Amino acid sequence: MTLPTVLEEAVAFLQPYEFSPTVLLACLGAALLYQRGWRRAGGGFGQALMFWIGLLGMYVMLQTQFEYYAQHSFFMHRLQHLVLHHVAPFLIAVSAPAAILGAGLPEGIRRLVVAPLRRNQVLQWLYAAIQEPMVAGAIFVGLIYFWLIPSVHFYAMLNVPLYNTMNWGMAIDGLLFWWMIFNLRVPGSSDMRHYGYRLLVLFLVMFPQIALGAFIALSDHDLFGIYAACGRILPITPLVDQAIGGLLTWVPAAMMSFVGGLVLIYRWNRQSRQGENPVSPTLGCAR
Amino acid sequence: MSRLKNLLTICLLPLVLLGCSEEPPGGWHGHDITGVMPDLEFELTDHTGQQVTEEEYRGKVTMMFFGYTSCPHVCPVALRKLAAATRELGEQADRVEILFVAVDPARDKKVLDEYVAGFNPNLVGLTGTQKQLKEVAKRYRVAFSYEEPQEDGFYIVNHSGAVFVFGPHGKTRLLVDEETKVANITEDLRHLLEESSG
Repeated sequence: MTLPTVLEEAVAFLQPYEFSPTVLLACLGAALLYQRGWRRAGGGFGQALMFWIGLLGMYVMLQTQFEYYAQHSFFMHRLQHLVLHHVAPFLIAVSAPAAILGAGLPEGIRRLVVAPLRRNQVLQWLYAAIQEPMVAGAIFVGLIYFWLIPSVHFYAMLNVPLYNTMNWGMAIDGLLFWWMIFNLRVPGSSDMRHYGYRLLVLFLVMFPQIALGAFIALSDHDLFGIYAACGRILPITPLVDQAIGGLLTWVPAAMMSFVGGLVLIYRWNRQSRQGENPVSPTLGCAR
Repeated sequence: MSRLKNLLTICLLPLVLLGCSEEPPGGWHGHDITGVMPDLEFELTDHTGQQVTEEEYRGKVTMMFFGYTSCPHVCPVALRKLAAATRELGEQADRVEILFVAVDPARDKKVLDEYVAGFNPNLVGLTGTQKQLKEVAKRYRVAFSYEEPQEDGFYIVNHSGAVFVFGPHGKTRLLVDEETKVANITEDLRHLLEESSG
């Protein structure tokens, strides 16, 4: 292949399969805020790198031709969710972007939109409820199970609004879950949450994912007939497709808990060495 | 299982309401996809070389299947099954049309006419440019792709196995998968026809 054809193919791949103004605006908005905040407040280089890789990962999963593959191959679909729910939000959350994004907010929006929202009692309560570690963990695992119920999966792959709800839900829940893991502050108070509690949640969410992934990978019949019905684009048999998809749910997904645990232990260790006076938790990483 | 159904009903309720589908007494044999997918719509060329749209088949229950004429096994079997299911309807068979969307225009175009005549009752062969075909495929969330040619030039086309069934007004009604038996397809078709005449 010559260079021009490679470039041509790359450009073709980067075109959205199904253009979504919402995804584009959300990603662009986050990118602009971050860039602005970065110039004003600064931050670690590693921190920024993780944020950008995470954001780019989300965009590529939703707004390129990858989407076509994800709709027509089970394992590509699992790969898409692995990035949307585990890897990309993990990177974004571990980069502690809150301070930088906050600094990027124009003063008017901060005062008129963000501040009232933060003061809103209902939202505060809701946020505290879904950021309760056990609740967040249950939602995190629950969503994976829900969309993999064969009959639910069938309709999700056929119906565009339902499909988009699934992918958006995965991305948002991923952000919320990993944010809860890496954000030390208890929502709505100045107390610090204990590292051990979050380590426990990370540990607990691993098993249902391993069980589900293993069940799918080792299943001897095609659980998700929708891919046969709608055409598999890659020349692999249904059971191979399913086995790879199951493995992706089983191993790397559960591995993310392990990696998250390492980050927490590292930070815990550092904090206890620094004694009574911990550094600001949201900025204390990736230096 | 019934709890799952309840949950699904709640989630899909708006869609179901939109479609206002009524289940036949014994339930459908195919998957009810009323309101789940967009109505029948396409712009293609039929086997006689005529430019056609979905308007041409208004008033008929249509069954759309994606395949290609050089297809060795899957397509002939599926199409014969659809033809048999339609034949079983007897007099009502005229009110059903089988739409065979041929996704390999390079080979399909020349032989489509002859190919569709091999089935009883005749089906409608539809093909078009890559752009037109991709549009229809995307609309129904199906995929097709071409494999590398073998030594003799023959190449396999990967395509979907599902049959999409539309009501007489072009509303999406059922998804029939490869395993469904002829008699069951006939039964579903009969219900759809009764529904539209009643």
